[in-house]
Amino acid sequence: METRITQEAFGPEHEPESEWMELNMGPQHPSTHGVLRVRLKLDGEIVRDADPDVGYLHTGFEKSFEDKTYTQGITFSDRMDYLAPPINNVGFVMAVEKLIGVEVPPRAQAIRVLMMELARIASHELWLGTAGLDLGVYSGFFYAWRDRELVLDLNEAYSGVRMMTSFTRVGGVAWDLPEGWIDQLQRFIDVMPKRIDDFEAMLTSNPIWRQRLEGIGVLSRDEAIETGVTGPMLRASGIDYDVRKAFPYCGYEQYDFQVALARNGDCYDRYRVRVQEMRESLKILQQALDRLPGGPWLTSDRKVALPPRAELSKSMEAVIHHFRLVSEGFKGPLGDVYAFVESPRGELGFYLVSDGTNKPYRMKVRPPSFCNLQPLKKMVQGVLVADVIAIMGSMDFILGDVDR
Amino acid sequence: MSVRPTDALVQRIGDRFKQALQESSDFRGDLSVVVEPGALMELARYLKEDEGFDYFLYATAVDWPARNPRFTLVWEVRSLANKTRIRIKTTATMPDPHAPSLTPVWPAANWHERETWDLFGIRFDGHPDLRRILMPDTWEGFPLRKDYVSFGEPVIFSDQKLEGLEPDAIRG
Repeated sequence: METRITQEAFGPEHEPESEWMELNMGPQHPSTHGVLRVRLKLDGEIVRDADPDVGYLHTGFEKSFEDKTYTQGITFSDRMDYLAPPINNVGFVMAVEKLIGVEVPPRAQAIRVLMMELARIASHELWLGTAGLDLGVYSGFFYAWRDRELVLDLNEAYSGVRMMTSFTRVGGVAWDLPEGWIDQLQRFIDVMPKRIDDFEAMLTSNPIWRQRLEGIGVLSRDEAIETGVTGPMLRASGIDYDVRKAFPYCGYEQYDFQVALARNGDCYDRYRVRVQEMRESLKILQQALDRLPGGPWLTSDRKVALPPRAELSKSMEAVIHHFRLVSEGFKGPLGDVYAFVESPRGELGFYLVSDGTNKPYRMKVRPPSFCNLQPLKKMVQGVLVADVIAIMGSMDFILGDVDR
Repeated sequence: MSVRPTDALVQRIGDRFKQALQESSDFRGDLSVVVEPGALMELARYLKEDEGFDYFLYATAVDWPARNPRFTLVWEVRSLANKTRIRIKTTATMPDPHAPSLTPVWPAANWHERETWDLFGIRFDGHPDLRRILMPDTWEGFPLRKDYVSFGEPVIFSDQKLEGLEPDAIRG
């Protein structure tokens, strides 16, 4: 039987699909920031459809968590979203702490806040640099990299590692702040506002920058909720939701800061929200530094935290605890919990199921980048190919976080 | 371990879904309800439209090989206005684990359910685009199942027969 495909079958405004060109953007493409492949269907220069193909960086972290004890799992957590490792560290241990019910001393909470806000600034700096680079702002990249380097120096001075800090422990943090660190941080806080001003002077009212971003990739309020986007993307669409304010953790309720908000939900608003967030993070850093509490930085509960080194030569009990914790770790009760933090990309959640052993039975990560990438298909329909770059840049997804 | 929640929301759900509501718990402040697969869609619609759970968080599954039904399916949603959160659970049995898809209610569930299909092999009925998402399209097996070996190379000695082994166990 002969069948004929008519123009009407595709709707009046569309050309027959066979006339569309299919273009692979990625997996190796500078603007995909990692390994993302997007199959674009092009009608001339106009994008008709897009199919993001993720998974190139899938390394099975969720499976690996099941083979490692809770303490060992910390090192996996920072390798997922490799641009904000301290925030992943904190999110992971918060899930474990919620499961076993451990109190975290105030000094540890404050150190966590310091490290997390530094990570937020570094991540936004990197985003500013690379998203600008995609759109031709070459000089911005160098400024952003220079400023991000200051945070990496602070990371290194505290944890010995520039990126994969793994600085948290269940019940606190691994080390106290080293000597001179606070002065180094204070210098950072002093120098940064001027640097953000410089950045804004270069971009915020730059006509080319605005032309490339304003009105592009608009996500309305309702669409933002429906598609489940989170973080700056949600706030750029006018929804006042920030985990730090809505469900304070690590003592965020003590600090005075604003949730950066915008209304239009376009790429330009996402840029403005992130820049504003950097300023707010600096405010939090200053307050946390001024009020830094003294005292221990790790819980004294010997069932979950290692005893101090000096105790080992004096106390048999400490040796036993040390041995037990290092060899098999601690056990969690039966149950499942969800703990979540505000990462630079949005709500990062850890759903932890425990079967009563010393390892997670199941560890599901709710990655903000994965949720933010989902509406890409809809957002690029009808835009020019060049705008796809601007839209993808404004989403700030990290493929390690998407694919895990 | 879990205590019976006195939460008003759970009571309303209990009144409405009587037998379909199999269990409810409030562990460490996380509210969860377990329902029969048949009532899942109705519960989802009720939660979204009448209780204001507008924001979808994640969907996943947990594999309990020794249990029957083997899989626990989990969806978690939040009400942005009320700042509350609820975890919806149901179960799926072997050999063909499947459950209704919640994408008609929360479109954001799309990729999360694809991921659950990809890693656990659970079909979601009514899902618009159920393809593998993280693993390659040609992949065999479902990596997050407990019988899927995550590391180590199985050794087969000459006197052992291949037939006795499960296909998943052969994969390194």
